[in-house]
Amino acid sequence: MTALDVAFAAVGLVTAASGLLAVTTRHVVHAALWLVVCLGAVAGCYLVLGAEFVALVQLLVYVGAIVVLVLFALMLTRAPIGANPDISTGRLHRVLAGVLGAGVTALLAAALLPLAGPAVERRDTSTTQLAEQLFGTWVWPFEVLSVLLLVALVAAMAVSRMTRPSVAAEPAVTGEDGVA
Amino acid sequence: MSTLTYATQALAQAPFADNPSTDFTDTPWWLHLVKALFVFVFLLVNTLIVIWFERRVIGRMQQRPGPNRTGPFGLLQTLADGVKLALKEDLTPKNADKVVFALAPAIAGAMAFVSFAIIPLGPTVSMFGHRTPLQLTDIPVAVLLVLAVAGVGVYGIVLAGWSSGSTYPLLGGLRSTAQVISYEIAMGLSLVAVFLYSGSMSTSQIVGAQKDLWYILPLVPSFLVYVVTMVGETNRLPFDLAEGEGELTGGFHTEYSSLKFAMFFLGEYVNMFTVSALATTMFLGGWMAPPGIAAINDGMFNHGWWGLLWFVIKLWLFMFFFVWLRGSLPRVRYDQFMRFGWKFLIPVTLAWVVVAAFMKASQLGYIAGPSLTFNGREFPVVSIAFVVVLAGAVLVIAWLRDNKKIEQDAIRNTPPPEEIDPFAGGYPVPPLPGQRLKEPSLAISAGDTATDKEATRG
Repeated sequence: MTALDVAFAAVGLVTAASGLLAVTTRHVVHAALWLVVCLGAVAGCYLVLGAEFVALVQLLVYVGAIVVLVLFALMLTRAPIGANPDISTGRLHRVLAGVLGAGVTALLAAALLPLAGPAVERRDTSTTQLAEQLFGTWVWPFEVLSVLLLVALVAAMAVSRMTRPSVAAEPAVTGEDGVA
Repeated sequence: MSTLTYATQALAQAPFADNPSTDFTDTPWWLHLVKALFVFVFLLVNTLIVIWFERRVIGRMQQRPGPNRTGPFGLLQTLADGVKLALKEDLTPKNADKVVFALAPAIAGAMAFVSFAIIPLGPTVSMFGHRTPLQLTDIPVAVLLVLAVAGVGVYGIVLAGWSSGSTYPLLGGLRSTAQVISYEIAMGLSLVAVFLYSGSMSTSQIVGAQKDLWYILPLVPSFLVYVVTMVGETNRLPFDLAEGEGELTGGFHTEYSSLKFAMFFLGEYVNMFTVSALATTMFLGGWMAPPGIAAINDGMFNHGWWGLLWFVIKLWLFMFFFVWLRGSLPRVRYDQFMRFGWKFLIPVTLAWVVVAAFMKASQLGYIAGPSLTFNGREFPVVSIAFVVVLAGAVLVIAWLRDNKKIEQDAIRNTPPPEEIDPFAGGYPVPPLPGQRLKEPSLAISAGDTATDKEATRG
């Protein structure tokens, strides 16, 4: 067992534990914070495996942007300090979630464990190689993904901002009636 | 430590062109520690000096002496303030989330120091009988590390604002977070042009690539955008909306006192050094001697510990710039600031990155094509087309601006109407000089106004 193996096991354990805490805690903001720890530990996994670029992008995108936005949205609406009993779920839900989680774990284990062979040699990859793969071999999936994100963005704008003229006018009319 | 040595060995063997050019093979583990301590002390001492420097320079700009009592020229003032801060009572609000309240300043303080690890302070030097680069570490994607760490540093602010359990810190934290993450986008984009030109994201390679020409010259739009975003990123005047003493009573750190507050203070100043050091590395040739001096005696001033001198000089030029800005500009309004960031900086930087990519591609000879021979010289068609399009765009923009200006002048120069009804707009308006007052039309039908208000509300 090398130091790298120990480090990988450690960050893996941190990932799993913080993921579990993120879904079990009753504090809304603490859940988001455990998610930060979880995603940061995943970046640590990549780092141990020698993929610095992926690790830093993981940190930059997930920790630095997405969860910050989650926290931001929480604080703009309601982010009480202390435990919140409202965000609990029923017993049936918990059992169902546990079964589902166990099922996914079993599925992944069944798919991945047969692939596990002798330890993979850690190789350093240059950024050039990475770029060649990303913008050569995988350029179409990459672009399609970005278009998908763009569509989601435009759709979110449409849902939140666009109101049909008739719909926009109607409440005003009723409001006037109400005053009159 | 074994991970670290493994990584350094791998780096030394790496054949890739874009990987760091630094060589850490002759650096034992204790020398890494010594260098880390050196960087830490360097930042602490510089922070102590810069706070004094800022107060003195601003004092001079405002025609007052500034702190001059403690020690020679008041140099020990910051130290005295630090001791005073440490001896104050450490208050924790009753409503606060205790753990997060203590965690936030730790994150803010620690993250400020981390980025400095990849900044090259100088070339390879002799230290305790070993040849080692004057840089803590370098990775192939070093600059991304700075951006990622800045992203994590935001948590210090947002958590401090939230965990205080009070309204003003929460508002300040939200403002500050929005500010930092929106300016981070423009900052990252402005650095893309540097990556394109140097062909690497490793700081040692970027400095090495500027041997002949500092990137501030070919990439001046990137540099200007970076300078604006670096002020926005560090929450400094004129962009210190997070503090907003007038509106927010100090922003996210309102509830902090004693050493926890000192951590935020320290983090802010160390952040200033980090962004300045990054600007130095990316655009001003890092530790390279200025052109002219670099040529003396076969490049003697580009070797050994001389590099540290040039680096510190460039760093302090940026610090003076920060102080100068604070002394001369008022704070901008929040909506102006956000509009400037999203609607001007980001689109302009995006367009500039595309232009820079084309410039680099044509330098590398990727853009070939037919060329016209005129008067015995060859002109590529692509260059001519580029010049024509650019000139056309400049002409159109100038024409549009002129038109707009004429329109605005026309509106501004129209003489005011001779009579004025002071209550026409619904609220009293004083007459302009030379205007006659009309009898106020107070008899606006009540029904009309009610409809108007309801319509806007609905």
